[in-house]
Amino acid sequence: MPDETTLWISGHLAEKIRSHGAETYPYECCGALLGRDSSDISGTDPEAEESTPGREILALFPLVNRRDDSPRNRFSVTSEDVLAAEKNAREHGLEVVGWYHSHPDHPARPSEYDRDHAWPWYSYIIVSVQDGAPQEMTSWRLNDDRREFSPEGIEIRHRAAV
Amino acid sequence: MPVKVMIPTPLRPYAGKRASAEFQAKTVGEALGHLTSEFAELRKHLFTEEGKLRSFVNVYVNDEDIRYLAKENTPTKDGDTISIIPSIAGGRISRRLKDRRTRA
Repeated sequence: MPDETTLWISGHLAEKIRSHGAETYPYECCGALLGRDSSDISGTDPEAEESTPGREILALFPLVNRRDDSPRNRFSVTSEDVLAAEKNAREHGLEVVGWYHSHPDHPARPSEYDRDHAWPWYSYIIVSVQDGAPQEMTSWRLNDDRREFSPEGIEIRHRAAV
Repeated sequence: MPVKVMIPTPLRPYAGKRASAEFQAKTVGEALGHLTSEFAELRKHLFTEEGKLRSFVNVYVNDEDIRYLAKENTPTKDGDTISIIPSIAGGRISRRLKDRRTRA
């Protein structure tokens, strides 16, 4: 994994993630991040990648939290949901580059449970929702050794969504 | 004709960026063993330290979830496709931390 990674997202999509967290409060929301990762585009014209290598979110695929036993502090996405998200991404010429979820009444920091269940490479966006109002939004990537997450910068890019 | 193992996107950086790999294998466990021998860095993302498949790692032979077959002993035959499909989970408070708080 690169030492420092940056996730690009439009203000519109960032707002949609926050709204999803507010809608499902006090339960956790979750969804897939669809986009492109420039590290996957090898051998193409470097100018085509523009001057900002990294990962860009271009669409969202909101999901229903499958955890009906403890939806306030857990979220779960089944393998069927993952396949549906991947299919939706392919239809838009994109790929699933990560996942988002909310932390109701809790900071936007990954929990031990988040780390234990995380996959490498994916970006994990967490939005904190306090008393129903979305607050801080952060992004994380699991380190190669699985021992901890590294924070990932979120940059708002003004560009139309797919 | 060997067995084909489909590698999910988040694990491809640990598998030479490959989307699939082919092995001669009679069971799912054998195929995953070959996969993690060839790409050793994959092992910790697929298996726990005790050597069990991680709970969020789902393995299918063709369209069948091996949990409902014979798990890693599920037999494979030439031309089968083994797919590793992620499931995603998380949440705000770790169980351990929550237990600790309850006790306090």
